[in-house]
Amino acid sequence: MKSARKKAIAGKVLVYVILIIIAALMIIPFIWMLSASIKSDREVFQMNPFVLIPENPKWSNYHDIWTKIPMLKFVENTVFLTIVVTFLQLLTSSFAAYSFAKLEFKHKNTLFFAYIATIAMPWQVYMVPQFIMMRKFGLNDKLLAIICLQAFSAFGVFMMKQFYEDIPDELCEAARIDGMSEYRIYASIMLPLSKPALSTLTIFTFVNTWNDYLGPLIYLKSEAKKTIQLGLKMFISQYSSDYGLIMAGSVLSLIPVLAVFLCLQKYFVEGVASTGLKG
Amino acid sequence: MAKGLSRQKKRDLVAYSFIAPNFIGFAVFTLVPIVFAFALAFFNWDGSNPITFAGLSNFKQLTGDVFFKAALKNTIIYCIGTVPLTMIASLALAIVLNQKVVGRGIFRTLSFFPYVASLVAVTSVWKMLFHPSKGPINNILYTVFHVPMEQLPQWFTGGLVLVSMILFSVWKYMGYYMVIYLAGLQGISAELYEAASLDGANTWQKFQYITWPQLRSTTFFVVVMLTINCFKVYDIAIMLAGGGSGELTISSTVLVYYIYQKAFIDWKLGYSSAVAMVLFLMVFVVTMIQFRGQKKYQ
Repeated sequence: MKSARKKAIAGKVLVYVILIIIAALMIIPFIWMLSASIKSDREVFQMNPFVLIPENPKWSNYHDIWTKIPMLKFVENTVFLTIVVTFLQLLTSSFAAYSFAKLEFKHKNTLFFAYIATIAMPWQVYMVPQFIMMRKFGLNDKLLAIICLQAFSAFGVFMMKQFYEDIPDELCEAARIDGMSEYRIYASIMLPLSKPALSTLTIFTFVNTWNDYLGPLIYLKSEAKKTIQLGLKMFISQYSSDYGLIMAGSVLSLIPVLAVFLCLQKYFVEGVASTGLKG
Repeated sequence: MAKGLSRQKKRDLVAYSFIAPNFIGFAVFTLVPIVFAFALAFFNWDGSNPITFAGLSNFKQLTGDVFFKAALKNTIIYCIGTVPLTMIASLALAIVLNQKVVGRGIFRTLSFFPYVASLVAVTSVWKMLFHPSKGPINNILYTVFHVPMEQLPQWFTGGLVLVSMILFSVWKYMGYYMVIYLAGLQGISAELYEAASLDGANTWQKFQYITWPQLRSTTFFVVVMLTINCFKVYDIAIMLAGGGSGELTISSTVLVYYIYQKAFIDWKLGYSSAVAMVLFLMVFVVTMIQFRGQKKYQ
């Protein structure tokens, strides 16, 4: 009995050791990033002794990054794109998903099949013809191109539909008998109930749009149109040894996504798990 | 009867009005380009001069293209390294986080940080940490493990590029797959473990005879998702191994980069689409395997 308890304690210790090692691996790059962002280029790689916070923190890195590159413009563009794309994605996919999940109509299966058939199709397969088409529409080097590209995904419709199907039909039926229109049912019953799904979709869309690199790289050519990812990458290739500044820019680019993630994460874990297993 | 018909029509119209905003955008910006992509592979076009029919010549040319073969090979090696490692790491993390441990929520949140963080930001940190001459990793190898200066690994050039990409990718994406595993673990009935405990099973036996078989469908799903995502790798290669203007050499090129390069640098749109078709076929095969597997497991 005693040895069993010893074993259990040893097991607990092992679990914590593994956890702490993994957590350290996960978090060290971020700590390094924060620390390097307030160091001078000479201090950044200094190892013996390694100091987390230098004696004279170089806060100016956070100031200079805004003047070295048009950071404000990049942030503006990215914020604009992310908000518009996320809003459109949530609105149009929850709208379409309501119809697919709760209404009966002609060609329903055919229409839904179009979404299903393309959900596994990598964007990279058709990005070239898509670009040619957008160029024809005059969308080359326009922020609107990124909106068109990101806002209408099959994934969003699919995810929302899965969620709506779990909401009992009786709720809608009762509302219909009360004389509510479908639009009212969607707005006042379905939407408020779908917070977890909407939060998950918000995180996915927000993170994807904010962090997207290849899409903006193909479409956004002039500097005034660039997103924060393109801008940072441009800065890194121009000033590859200004480590402190690069890190300050990186920290700034992380703050919005981390903030959104931390606010909505309660639903996210649940959402990833359910879409993951079904999708 | 006539009234009934019009009511049905009305209902259809309402339904379509819900679908239209998304479907129109989806049809124009996704469906049309997909059809276009399939056709384009059989043509030669530079985007401005008249388009000409090429038959299968683009595909024939692929078979002798050294750069294409390198891209395909690197993508597959990356995949073979990343898929099992990420799977094992995320499963291990999920099992540990499924125990009753203090601060479980914090650990869970932390392991998601790499997943939501932007690639440009985290790859630039990795490039510093693994910097060949100044980075702390090589510094430790040099001072603690006494690896001679000239033998210190060059993480971002030559053969090691793919290793760096794999390590990075495991680090970045394990948190995401961990959550999927966590959901799978929570679906296993506690009674199974209790019964096993009564029979005197040890931890490893419990894993071997309960956890692993019970997670079969989850593992299947994780492996499929991982494989498809590995086929699509691009950004990681560009950020870790790309030169000043973002170009990749033969040791680090990947399929999606080759699609990009052929289209937007060389303007050989047909040829680029032929490469895209190879990517499509790879994803298609894995998806078909997934469909068959899903039927088997559910």
